[in-house]
Amino acid sequence: MKQNSVGKTFKYIVLVLIAAIQIFPLYWLITFSLKGNSEIFGDNVLGLPHIWKWNNYVEAFTQTNLLRYFFNSVFYSAVTVLVGGLFAAMAAYAIARMQWKLKGIVFALFTLGIMIPAQATLLPLFQLLDKTGLKGGYLGLLLPYIAGSLPMCIMILSGFYKGIPKELEEAACIDGCGIFRCFFFIILPIIKPALATASIFTFLGTWNELMLANTFVDSEAYRTLPVGIMSFAGQYSTNWGLIGAGMVIATLPTIIIYAFLSNQIQQSLIAGAVKG
Amino acid sequence: MSRMLGKKGNVMVFVLPALLMFLGFILIPLIISALYSLFKYDGIGTMQFIGLKNYADMFTTDPYFLRAIGNCLLLVIVSLVVQLPISLALALVLARGVKGEKFFRTVYFLPVVISSMVIGQLWMKIFNSDYGLLNTVIRFFTHSDFQYSWLSNPKTAFICTVVPAVWQYVGYHMLIFYAGIKSIPTDYYEAAQIDGATKGQVTRKITLPLLAPVMKTCMVFSITGSLRAFDLIYVMTGGGPNHASEVPATLMYGNLFRKGLYGYGSAQAFFIVIECLLFTFIVNKLFKKSEENASVL
Repeated sequence: MKQNSVGKTFKYIVLVLIAAIQIFPLYWLITFSLKGNSEIFGDNVLGLPHIWKWNNYVEAFTQTNLLRYFFNSVFYSAVTVLVGGLFAAMAAYAIARMQWKLKGIVFALFTLGIMIPAQATLLPLFQLLDKTGLKGGYLGLLLPYIAGSLPMCIMILSGFYKGIPKELEEAACIDGCGIFRCFFFIILPIIKPALATASIFTFLGTWNELMLANTFVDSEAYRTLPVGIMSFAGQYSTNWGLIGAGMVIATLPTIIIYAFLSNQIQQSLIAGAVKG
Repeated sequence: MSRMLGKKGNVMVFVLPALLMFLGFILIPLIISALYSLFKYDGIGTMQFIGLKNYADMFTTDPYFLRAIGNCLLLVIVSLVVQLPISLALALVLARGVKGEKFFRTVYFLPVVISSMVIGQLWMKIFNSDYGLLNTVIRFFTHSDFQYSWLSNPKTAFICTVVPAVWQYVGYHMLIFYAGIKSIPTDYYEAAQIDGATKGQVTRKITLPLLAPVMKTCMVFSITGSLRAFDLIYVMTGGGPNHASEVPATLMYGNLFRKGLYGYGSAQAFFIVIECLLFTFIVNKLFKKSEENASVL
């Protein structure tokens, strides 16, 4: 019995230690975002700030384009989640419920899409957007983002469609209401949980995306948060407080959402894994 | 109802938006990449068909590619040998039910939701030679004025990008394992308990064999994720110093967008796709047997 409790204590020590390792870098980020250089580079590297320098955040918003980057990121993410979710819901509905010859092939194509790394499409996309004049504007990122969100969303949603009984929609749709009204007013409400899962997945992917945003956008006006902060981290490389503030602001929305929806987020990020 | 669902027009309206976007922005670009990889092409001049020469050049004349593959394989190995075992151990402990289970799960998973740009910038600061967390801690414990620039030394630059990669995704794999363990029917455990099996026996004879399909998924994710690794390395070292920390994806990026080697860079991009497919195939083959056993149970 005694040995058992020693083992238990040891187990907890390891669990807590790993938790500390996972959280400490973030604690450090938040504290140095609130310190002046004399503390960061001097006597107070690890502790809480002696003087809480909220001014770092004020500076980040006033001296850099952070606010613009922030709203750009919100815009890219919101449109991608909405349009990608709608298109995916429609396509997944057609794949799961409608009768047509090519649906097996189309579904296989989308599934294949999950495996395709963005690197392998980067150059042709770059040329396509460049030739059409879309590169550098909002659409230049939105189109690849929406397309990129589809495979995973379709997989999540078509799995869910298969789980809901056909009678449910049939009863509602039988008396003459058209397919579109039926889809928007009956089907979409039913698949809400799966849409939420897909949306979270898409949001996090879009919000944090770096490679496409870094490649397709050259003007500051259309830049996303990750690219914007990367560029001003180079520019103000000695002002850690300012960079830290920017990084906290880029992270805060995801952390806040995570704080409220940690279970759903965990479920949605491993959605593809568990089904496979 | 079924007539409505079989109408061609309806099907088209529902499928086409997604399908066209997928074809236009993913599948066709992928095919074009594959075609470019067979040409000598700099984006401006004429394209010259050279067959598989670009692929051969990677292994024979490219001064950095073999090292990039070596780095990438190191990342794969560390992921498989360090990251996955830690994740599995954590999942086994948490799934058995400990106090604060949900808290630990939430904390372990937290880094997954943060952008790799932030993770990269943050770890750059941790490894900073003058004011970084790591050197500060070393100085504190050794009472010396320890100085070492981890990221600008070719010997340590790459391994410094491996650490945050492992750190960030430990919680991700833990959660997949955890969900896998939780989905094992409790009857098995009850039956084992009645037969007087110890905890260790239950883990070895029931949990682990039944986890084979989940293990396979984790290995595929871990390997393909490592093979396409880009963000963290791009942010932290950019492949440097002096190309010491390149991986195929960063090399490809430089070739495409700095050197304008469209054909050669595309070959490297497509090489990553082939690698991913190949490793996925191999892992699937390796697990075929143990998965059959799992389904028999």
